[in-house]
Amino acid sequence: MNFTSESSGKRIPCFRVLDDNGYPIAGSIFEQVNKEIAVRMYSGMVTLQIMDTILYETQRQGRISFYLTSTGEEAINLASAAALSPDDVVLPQYREPGVLLWRGFTLQEFANQCFGNEADYGKGRQMPIHYGSQKHNYFTVSSPIATQLPQAAGVAYSLKMDKKDACVVTYMGDGGTSEGDFHAALNFAAVTEVPVIFICRNNGWAISTPITEQFRSDGVVVRGQAYGIRSIRVDGNDALAVYNSVRTARQTAINEQRPILIEALTYRVGHHSTSDDSTKYRAVDEIEHWKTAQNPVARFRKWVQGNGWWTDEYESEFRSNIRKQLMEAIQLAARKEKPPIANLFTDVYEENAPNLVEQERSLGETIKKHPQDYPSDVPL
Amino acid sequence: MSAILRKIIAPGGIPAWGIRVIASRTYSSSAGGKEMTVRDALNSALDEEMSADPSVLLMGEEVGEYQGAYKVSKGLLDKYGPKRVIDTPITEAGFTGMAVGAAYHGLRPVVEFMTFNFSMQAIDHIINSAAKSNYMSSGQISVPIVFRGPNGAAAGVGAQHSQCYAAWYASCPGLKVLAPYNSEDARGLLKAAIRDPDPVVFLENELLYGESFPISAEALDSSFCLPIGKAKIEREGKDVTIVAFSKMVGYALKAAEILAKEGVSAEVINLRSIRPLDRATINTSVRKTNRLVTVEEGFPQHGVGAEICASIVEESFEYLDAPVERITGADVPMPYAANLERMAVPQVDDIVRAAKRTCYRSVPVAVNA
Repeated sequence: MNFTSESSGKRIPCFRVLDDNGYPIAGSIFEQVNKEIAVRMYSGMVTLQIMDTILYETQRQGRISFYLTSTGEEAINLASAAALSPDDVVLPQYREPGVLLWRGFTLQEFANQCFGNEADYGKGRQMPIHYGSQKHNYFTVSSPIATQLPQAAGVAYSLKMDKKDACVVTYMGDGGTSEGDFHAALNFAAVTEVPVIFICRNNGWAISTPITEQFRSDGVVVRGQAYGIRSIRVDGNDALAVYNSVRTARQTAINEQRPILIEALTYRVGHHSTSDDSTKYRAVDEIEHWKTAQNPVARFRKWVQGNGWWTDEYESEFRSNIRKQLMEAIQLAARKEKPPIANLFTDVYEENAPNLVEQERSLGETIKKHPQDYPSDVPL
Repeated sequence: MSAILRKIIAPGGIPAWGIRVIASRTYSSSAGGKEMTVRDALNSALDEEMSADPSVLLMGEEVGEYQGAYKVSKGLLDKYGPKRVIDTPITEAGFTGMAVGAAYHGLRPVVEFMTFNFSMQAIDHIINSAAKSNYMSSGQISVPIVFRGPNGAAAGVGAQHSQCYAAWYASCPGLKVLAPYNSEDARGLLKAAIRDPDPVVFLENELLYGESFPISAEALDSSFCLPIGKAKIEREGKDVTIVAFSKMVGYALKAAEILAKEGVSAEVINLRSIRPLDRATINTSVRKTNRLVTVEEGFPQHGVGAEICASIVEESFEYLDAPVERITGADVPMPYAANLERMAVPQVDDIVRAAKRTCYRSVPVAVNA
């Protein structure tokens, strides 16, 4: 009688291409990334860093109500996005705005959503960072954790029926893998044989819960096999490794019509959100270590510069340009009008409900009668 | 990626748009005496909609090989294959989430819950992923999904199999909630639900599945559809309005027969739609009769009757000649023993007594000397 041990003894190895100093590891096999893509990936990572720093500050100044950074996870964001095609449908958790950035969402569009102004594609309905864009194939961010996972399996089912040359990519954190939806989604995706890539950003922390309290397994990658899903563990701070694994996962998912699980190991350098102060539950020097010695942006920069595709001058020029653009976008976003009151009542259903039409009309009349009691900067 | 309101060409070439244009008649003539069980009505509605639109899928536990836990999906697996009739693993949260995702991407899933009690395990996906999505995505993500299954009390199944969810789901903006009574309701409302671009909760009743009702030729036509949000006056009357839905409509009709013999003419309204609630029809009726009794199987606090009562008080207060009477289930989890269960759900006598109280009530409940 043999009980299978609770642990295999050895940890699943991690796929890496670049060492900590940005040099390709001897003997590593990987698909080369050309200059155009490499520069675009790198500059996207820098843009994301700047966006996070400035918008976080904007919340601290009280100009927006909430913000959440992706600091430390820039490689996962941009490299995974670069490995996909625009037809691949993305269902994010909430720490993946870099994917939207790669696909062409502008700084102005990000700022508009955070400020909830009239140009916000979300019509002022959502908290900041809950971006969504149909034209970029990026589903609107939804707060409850891991609900996007079974939804992704469903979208993949629909893609499979359409026989499209595309897959679904959905993201979650280490904490999200504890939700019941994670189990159901992976099980379903395997049973229905659909083309979906589950990317877990294992960043070590779920707000204040470290992974040692989140699960007892060897991380997330080992769970894939339990569902009959091919899986890989990847160094999430190695942009080339992330790029390569997602490229291969995509080809496999589409050609073989099967789900893939990618566990990308990384570290959440920032606080969970503006509502959190992580120094209360973790050591400051731990954060510093990952911010400096293990910084994914710096690491990839070394490789890109090593190839002669980037210089220190470009870096300072680029950073100051983006900063300037973003500050302008924020100024503009803050100045824009708020969404019209009519947006309160629409989209509850595809066609407006008669009771809401009536309420809107009645509200309009009341505002006309008592204009001094209503804010003047909110259009009807 | 957005779900477009599809134009469905039914056999016979008659285009059947959503539910706004068709079937404004609320009465159907029953010439020829055809009868149909509610089960067959639901089955035929599913069959016709799946045949007309290849993006309609049915998924749930036991819907395929087993022909449906209550045989509502009999024959559909054989006809449409396992890609469109999907036997799911046991995870309500899982298959509901997956169905919502499929709906996000343009499919039209019909999700079956073995009973709506089990929908509680999926309620986050029903409310947060389905009901609120169109609004929260500012119209970019529409969810043309139907959640159906038996709701409310069956017979001797205990508390975890007997709850009525009409009030819970109907309080949520973004959802539509339907409750058919007879076979015509079942056919017309299920077809309307499947064609509707918004998420619809479709509350059936296990004990009604086997009941047979007359059905008109019009209702048997594959383009037949009933409007969502319109109640039906099942029986006209002038002394008291009795509003009910689902199985309680049958009880209300029986109560009306008994009352008629005692000289009380009751008007029975079959809600058909809990959200949107047909306040106009109910108010018009109460303005005629001046008395109202609401009947439901569900728990009393915050029930459907409470909402109807509020609507009448807001719109037709001066027309009331007596306080509104609410008949509901007892304020206890459903007991199992047959005698206790009988006491925990409304019976026909309760409706008769309540109607009479509205007609003859002269002594207030609390009297201070």
